[in-house]
Amino acid sequence: MTDRGASIPNSSNIARAELDNGITLLVYENPAVQSVNLMGSLHAGSIYEAPEKSGLASLTAGALMTGTAARDFDAIHGALEDVGADLGFRGHIHKAGLSGKALAEDLRLLLDVAAEALRQPVFPAEHAERLRGERLTWLQYSSFDTRYRAAKAMREALYPAAHPYHYGTYGDEDSIARISVDDLQAFHEKHYGPQSMILVIVGAVEAADAIELATNAFGDWRNPAQPAVRQATAPEACSDGRRPTVFLPGKTQSDISMGVIGPARKAEDYLAAQLANSVLGEFGMMGRIGKSVREEKGLAYYAFSRLGGGHGPDPWTVSAGVNPENVELAIASVLEELERLTTEAVSDEDLADNQSYFTGRMPLRLESNEGIASHIHSMESFNLGLNYLAKYDELITSITKDDMLRAAQRYLRPEEMVVAVAGPDRENSEAAD
Amino acid sequence: MTQLTHHTLPNGLTILLREAHSAPVISWWLAYRVGSRNEPTGLTGISHWVEHMMFKGTERFPAGMLDREIDRAGGQWNAFTSMDATKYFETLPAGKIDIAMEAEADRMTNAIFDPEETESERTVIISERQGAENQPTFWLQEEVRGAAFRVHGYHHEIIGDEADLRAMTRDDLYHHYRRHYNPANAAAIAVGAFDSDEMLAKIERLFASIEASAAPALFSRAEPAQSGERRVVVERPGKTAFFELCHRAPAADHEDWFKLQIMNAILSGSGGASDNKTSRLYRALVKTEIAAGVGAWLTPTVDPYLYSIIVTLRDDRQPQEAEAALLAEIARLQADGVSDAELEKARKQTRAAFAYSAESVTEQAYGLAQSFILGDVHWFDRYSERLMAVSAEDVLEVANRYLAPRKRVVGILNPTDPAEEATP
Repeated sequence: MTDRGASIPNSSNIARAELDNGITLLVYENPAVQSVNLMGSLHAGSIYEAPEKSGLASLTAGALMTGTAARDFDAIHGALEDVGADLGFRGHIHKAGLSGKALAEDLRLLLDVAAEALRQPVFPAEHAERLRGERLTWLQYSSFDTRYRAAKAMREALYPAAHPYHYGTYGDEDSIARISVDDLQAFHEKHYGPQSMILVIVGAVEAADAIELATNAFGDWRNPAQPAVRQATAPEACSDGRRPTVFLPGKTQSDISMGVIGPARKAEDYLAAQLANSVLGEFGMMGRIGKSVREEKGLAYYAFSRLGGGHGPDPWTVSAGVNPENVELAIASVLEELERLTTEAVSDEDLADNQSYFTGRMPLRLESNEGIASHIHSMESFNLGLNYLAKYDELITSITKDDMLRAAQRYLRPEEMVVAVAGPDRENSEAAD
Repeated sequence: MTQLTHHTLPNGLTILLREAHSAPVISWWLAYRVGSRNEPTGLTGISHWVEHMMFKGTERFPAGMLDREIDRAGGQWNAFTSMDATKYFETLPAGKIDIAMEAEADRMTNAIFDPEETESERTVIISERQGAENQPTFWLQEEVRGAAFRVHGYHHEIIGDEADLRAMTRDDLYHHYRRHYNPANAAAIAVGAFDSDEMLAKIERLFASIEASAAPALFSRAEPAQSGERRVVVERPGKTAFFELCHRAPAADHEDWFKLQIMNAILSGSGGASDNKTSRLYRALVKTEIAAGVGAWLTPTVDPYLYSIIVTLRDDRQPQEAEAALLAEIARLQADGVSDAELEKARKQTRAAFAYSAESVTEQAYGLAQSFILGDVHWFDRYSERLMAVSAEDVLEVANRYLAPRKRVVGILNPTDPAEEATP
């Protein structure tokens, strides 16, 4: 084990408690700050909703703070905003997440409001309707956003309609129109509960005090109706590359979103794939793709690749924003780099650079309460063990060039890549001129 | 926060240092007093383009070398061009900061501006502008600025006008660089895990030999007084309407700026873009279902700028409804002032916001860089104290003086039918 120093969160300085209702509490004391950060999750994401009501999990999470049995909308937000605290809930694919922060003196308030929102929301009709209207506006605005539309088209072509990853967590204009207050209540009653819930507290607190406060807030929560945790498996591989195109009037730039199905966070080759992705479109100025598309050819302001790495088969994507005239050239340049990454092992220099990048960035990532909380949450959520960060250097430096090549070859199969483009219709706009 | 150390080298370089030992990292910044406000017509966007060229290398640090070295060290680096300034930063593990310091000293005077690289970057920057143009609100903001400032350099977008981006030459860029990048027009800032004496010695070693020259006379033209409301309407394909209401705001070194900041916290929340669901504007616009969102911004600037409120309309609502609701809130503020409870809330929010920002050395160093640009190196440190001194009477007074109808600039973004736009 590599000793990264006493300040790295590990099993000896993270207080971990499992409540008898299934909640795991994790507390890390950070006396160098004045504030406290709260981060958590439970299994209530969009994977549990029906496609025709896509957006239900996210709308439920968003509506938790519109009213509870103890406080109405104004009382909830007044209590937090009066002390400069912040608390929010979001629906993801697998989980609903919560995050909040406050001055350390206000941790009890933060936990009390979080507990009320999670355990006793009443979903007042007027507020649920208002939230639906806000989501609708966001979806309408996004429907004219080239970046959003390219990513959406890519996702919908990559995952079939029967797969939960086919859908955006906000749903669409039709699906959110079908969701009623009864749906929100029913979803909450069934899926919100303590089973497998994770709660992380980081900041200027004593661990024992924080665990006591959290236990008081959540310890007697029960929900026997909670179903088993649902998993998502990779869909059948696409037999051919697909090229969806979305035309949007009035736009001057085209956005490209390319994707294949990547590894889940728990996959054995996840870190090797992450290192390969860094070489491809992250390290330095957006990796090899940035060098080719932006630096050498001047085609784009942004061009990069990302690996999702969540609880299921997230996509491995490449994104770029380019002048409509340069779309094909940019795609060809990216495909060349994919070909190179999947046929040639990276150089010794690339390997050393990227390993150093991964291990060296940890101090910055652990600078703030939020950064620390996020890493502790990930260690628990993905079952990595609380000494994962302490072992991290060793894990990264043990990855070989062949590991990276195998990971790239396994996932980045050009014949399965979806290439979506959203932008102006050049032919029609030229005719209009 | 620990004490700020302030030095000036004989060649004019300002140095601001603050030790912070909570994490083993250092954030290192170079801030230059030149931004889009200093650009004449024909050269709009030049400050931002020069910023891009600074990443194209020097003889000692060729293009790509620092990308690699800083990533290898696990650091972050970037740069920002604003209306008032160009700022460069590197945040790195403490033991690896030297390369960033050496690189910033080197590129203050030795950036190459290779002609081929300049041409390649022209298309990148035009692509950056076109990416922004894909957002309908970019067009609204550009028109509102243009209407608010006829003479002053705040009238154009930081990215610049496309005509200028196509016409500017490599020599224009190089001249702008040589003229504005010198020690007397810059500050070096470090916040993090270091010893101040050692850090000062390092900075002296790297920067003291750079030749002194007088600080450049910055291009700047005062905006004449506004003598009546100005109104612009923009039409873009889409489904979402926006309404923007701006009033003239003072420069950030003016006491009134802090009074307006408290007023803004009460109207929209301390964070600016507001998710503050008990604020007056949220209640007047979002709770009434006129808007899907509302945000307000009071930007700290060198010269007088704008206090801007932007409303995102819901699907079936009209900009005129947002305007009526906003004006009613302003009238209520001007007639009745604010309560002690509202004032107290704004103060506690300020204290909390400061505690959060103090967790990051990068944010602290940004605050110091901004202070230098605003002409008072203690601006960031005194920010809280100056806000705490604002009274309810102060808020009432500035609300009446600054939110006057004749000082308004109104912008409306009306969505047009995409189907009609698409018809050849």
